[in-house]
Amino acid sequence: MKTNIERLMNGLIKENPTFVLMLGMCPTLAVTSSAINGLGMGLSTTVVLVFSNLLISAFRKVIPNGVRMPAFIVIVASLVTMVQFIMNAYTPSLSDSLGVYIPLIVVNCIILGRAESYASKNPVVPSIFDGIGMGLGFTVGLTSIGLLREILGAGQVFGMQVLPLADKANGVAGFTPITIFVMAPGAFLVLACLVAVMNIVRAKMDAKGKPLAEPSGCLSGDCAHCGQSAMCTGRSAEAAAEAVTAKAEKAKAEESAGKTE
Amino acid sequence: MKELLLIAVGSAIVNNVVLSQFLGICPFLGVSKKTETAAGMGGAVVFVITISSFVTAVIYKYVLANEFLRSKGIDLTYLQTIVFILVIAALVQFVEMFLKKNMPPLYESLGVYLPLITTNCAVLGVALTNVTKEYNILESVVNGFATATGFLIAIVIMAGLREKIEYNDIPKPFQGTAIVLVTACLMSIAFMGFSGMI
Repeated sequence: MKTNIERLMNGLIKENPTFVLMLGMCPTLAVTSSAINGLGMGLSTTVVLVFSNLLISAFRKVIPNGVRMPAFIVIVASLVTMVQFIMNAYTPSLSDSLGVYIPLIVVNCIILGRAESYASKNPVVPSIFDGIGMGLGFTVGLTSIGLLREILGAGQVFGMQVLPLADKANGVAGFTPITIFVMAPGAFLVLACLVAVMNIVRAKMDAKGKPLAEPSGCLSGDCAHCGQSAMCTGRSAEAAAEAVTAKAEKAKAEESAGKTE
Repeated sequence: MKELLLIAVGSAIVNNVVLSQFLGICPFLGVSKKTETAAGMGGAVVFVITISSFVTAVIYKYVLANEFLRSKGIDLTYLQTIVFILVIAALVQFVEMFLKKNMPPLYESLGVYLPLITTNCAVLGVALTNVTKEYNILESVVNGFATATGFLIAIVIMAGLREKIEYNDIPKPFQGTAIVLVTACLMSIAFMGFSGMI
């Protein structure tokens, strides 16, 4: 039981996927234009994560190591398809506004990341709790970013008008929505501020001697800790890119050397 | 012809895949430090997305949404997500092997980026968009190529900007990823200017 609670808190706070690990940034940017979208995306990801952790953990001794990635992907893709149809049937408006991002849960790095780094090595029950913790952590992250963007961009909370809007024609003073925050650029801006705030928090915690977990997603350019690294040979994007540039530069240098001769 | 042009301009510029649809953020942030490597990554993405949108469109039309099976009451379209992700993963591996063996010069320039693209959400995103928008095979290929070109444009511009940002005096908390995201925000605002085009 102790490990289960530890797993739950680990996902919610210590290794929060949105704020601390900075994982799954594509959905974080795309669906947080309102709190309800963030909540819907977070919860559907949680459902997929819990069941994929359960199944992968249950089958961990059966799946051969060489084909584990394709096997994980089939499991996750089946679960995502199920979630997609359930949402289509019961929450059609949410399903419409999330659109293509629901099937794209398949390539969310949190899910394959947890499968690879936790569920495939641990028993079923802790894996389920790990999924719940990570999923809820992601939900909290998405919902709070969504809330912030919705308040600034429309003066609403979960679709309810909380800040009375200004009406210039009738001379009513009030809140003028900063529409850019619910549009595409606002997503980048809010995330940029979030990263900056986390940099400050990180520096403070380091000074206190209680360092936070390092960000381990695409955002930090760190492929080594990504769950999908097994699929893409595990080389970090940057290292691979640098190898190419170094080669090109070498070729260029050789060419110019040849010319001077 | 006019429809194809509209699809191409719409996907490449107006609804830019990175800046307004938020697909492929990882390589956009990870591999945009130098213009040359960004162009290499962009080229590899164009290559893979064009091929994969052709293959997935063919598979969707002739296997999943097969007329004959449909007339028998079997509808396999619900398998699209599972089939597409597996096809894309296999395809990227296959393209890598094929290039290595038959076109070494192309492999030299694109090869290292190919494995990074397998789980790029833009590839799956394009395949699924083609289905939702009910594009035929030609339209799917054009849409795939245009979307990937949009990615190439965005990542090359971003790399060019980042090379300049290197020399700027940036507040400490914003150093690194944060300032890159602010740059992306400004680029996104600039690309919003195209939204009246179509």
